[in-house]
Amino acid sequence: MADVAFRGATRRFGGRPAVERLDLEVADGELLVLLGPSGCGKTTALRMVAGLEEPDEGEILIGGRVVNDVEPKDRDVAMVFQSYALYPHLNVEHNIEFPLRRRGVDAQRRRQTVREVAASLGLQELLARKPRELSGGQRQRVALARAIVRQPRAFLMDEPLSNLDAALRLQTRADIVALQTRLGTTTLYVTHDQVEAMTMGHRIAVLDHGVLQQVGPPHALYDRPANLFVAKFLGSPGMNALPATLEGTTAHAARVARVARVDGGHVPLGDDGAAAAGQAASLVVGVRPEHLALSPSGTLEAKVLLVELLGADVHVLCQLGDQTKLVVRQDASAPRPAIGDGVRIVVASGSVHVFTGGSGARLGGPG
Amino acid sequence: MRPDSSSSFGERGSGRRPEHPGRRPGRRPGRRRWRLAARYTLLTIGALVVLAPLYLTVVSSLLPPSALAERPPPLFPLDPQWHDYAVAWSQGDLGVYLRNSAIQTAIIVCGQLVTSVLAGYAFAFLRFPFKRALFVVFLATLMIPFEVTLVTNTQTISELGWYNTFAGLTVPFLATGVGTFLLRQAFLQIPRDLQEAATLDGYGRLRFLLRIALPLARPALAALGVFSFLAAWNQYLWPLVVTGSGNGVRTVQIGLKLLQGTEVSRTDVALAGTVIAVLPLLVLLVVFQKQLVRSLTAGAVK
Ligand SMILES: Nc1ncnc2c1ncn2[C@@H]1O[C@H](COP(=O)(O)OP(=O)(O)O)[C@@H](O)[C@H]1O
Ligand SMILES: [Mg+2]
Repeated sequence: MADVAFRGATRRFGGRPAVERLDLEVADGELLVLLGPSGCGKTTALRMVAGLEEPDEGEILIGGRVVNDVEPKDRDVAMVFQSYALYPHLNVEHNIEFPLRRRGVDAQRRRQTVREVAASLGLQELLARKPRELSGGQRQRVALARAIVRQPRAFLMDEPLSNLDAALRLQTRADIVALQTRLGTTTLYVTHDQVEAMTMGHRIAVLDHGVLQQVGPPHALYDRPANLFVAKFLGSPGMNALPATLEGTTAHAARVARVARVDGGHVPLGDDGAAAAGQAASLVVGVRPEHLALSPSGTLEAKVLLVELLGADVHVLCQLGDQTKLVVRQDASAPRPAIGDGVRIVVASGSVHVFTGGSGARLGGPG
Repeated sequence: MRPDSSSSFGERGSGRRPEHPGRRPGRRPGRRRWRLAARYTLLTIGALVVLAPLYLTVVSSLLPPSALAERPPPLFPLDPQWHDYAVAWSQGDLGVYLRNSAIQTAIIVCGQLVTSVLAGYAFAFLRFPFKRALFVVFLATLMIPFEVTLVTNTQTISELGWYNTFAGLTVPFLATGVGTFLLRQAFLQIPRDLQEAATLDGYGRLRFLLRIALPLARPALAALGVFSFLAAWNQYLWPLVVTGSGNGVRTVQIGLKLLQGTEVSRTDVALAGTVIAVLPLLVLLVVFQKQLVRSLTAGAVK
């Protein structure tokens, strides 16, 4: 096992950077999730660690050693491909055994190892089957088995759950976490699904357009997003972003008033938020849907556009003024408004994040 | 047979096809039977047209010389002359010619498979300068009929001192644009992920080729093997030009021609020789029938 690190790693395709000056460390034994929208460079970053893609600049380190010039096969990392990349002409047993054959393990020992790994993933009944005779979930487990069978220094997983249906994804998510905990192998896990990231990662690294936005434990990213991108990307739905101006004409006045004016009303800024807001030329305030509620005493005036029932929760999409939309999360037991209703929204105190209007960087807020 | 006709046969057999809602069920079986009958009639006619020459050859080879002259010739040998085959075999030295053909064909088939696999692999997986241009050149060779290069090739062979040798017979055919193209296409079907997974699993280029790419390209390999066998075995012009008397390396097709023209100038014996020469091909077709059909329909079924 070993730690994995990017040091200023850049990879360009046709002049456009897919990953740009990435600095990131995955600690020994850690499960780090690389999260971002499709096309943000997650796979490229992963492939640089595997040696399938060479960085144009910067270094990749495995176990403290720069591996830029080390052949993929000598890096001793195992990758689980999004497509699983099972060898279609080999049965499950031979698929799992495949990496061992090149490692000077004798046949007897190979057989035994394959059986142990297969049993640990519930594949022992399927050893004689070809990949095309397996369900998606079974294929996924074979791909995992092939990765763990040779006890690599690190696992690289590229959206391994994206081809599974929702129920299976939930189950497999838990299985992978359990497996990683049991083996304690350093894991770099790529996904575009923030729920996966929140539930699986020891830490999450958020990537956008090839640029690292923020790294930290899931709750830290959720509670203190470093910028608007992270704020909106995490959470389902993400944080509401409302362009805001300060009440009062001077920074001092704003600090005293401690409110920001937005479309349809105003929102309270905490001490911290007010202090931070006073420094910025243009502002965006952010509030999570769970910190909003429909109430006649609310400070925001809105019109209901859509009401979505999701079992225990209800999402109410509202229009504020002409420009701004936001989502309010309610309990399903609360009285539900109808589409077109005029409502008032109350903002929980101490829940408002403040970002700059330009770069979207966080200025202040709760936590 | 067209693929769709075979599939509708299959569905009829299983009887699981739901009734078509728009038709009255009572009338259907009759209409279907008619269509089936028509289809089989057409297929039978086709088969007759294809098989008739072969049948007539076999029958004629078994007729006595006197019967051959009859008009119309008998369609069944009542008194089969098996010894014509013995005559053809011994008088025509067919054993030697068949051996030569076998050697020549084996060399060409193996050569074409090896060169096509390696070149196809390079075009499919490797990055190298002028790759596209080179591939276009390969494809261009498909447009050039063999006859155009005949004279040059003959000269080259004789300058190399390869006249009347197996080298002369086979070397010009060891590489093939068609085979390269065929295998390149087959290799391109292999997902890049598989190659990369193999790389991470510790398999270099050659091992990936042997353990992954070749097994996956088996249909293409079989097709290329069968077609290059047919082409090599049936060659006539080239062996005629580069081999001479002394029957050292002459192939069976040349042997047949000689059989007709020499002391045993009997049509029935010549036909017996022809049957002997065709026999290996028939065996090949029967043995590889499945692969052959699959390779011909590979694109359509996928
Ligand atoms: N081999 C390649 N050639 C050209 N562009 C590529 C290649 N691989 C990735 N890209 C580009 O790099 C960007 C990042 O791709 P990728 O790492 O696959 O993103 P993700 O995995 O986050 O969806 C995309 O814009 C993609 O089009
Ligand atoms: Mg990707």
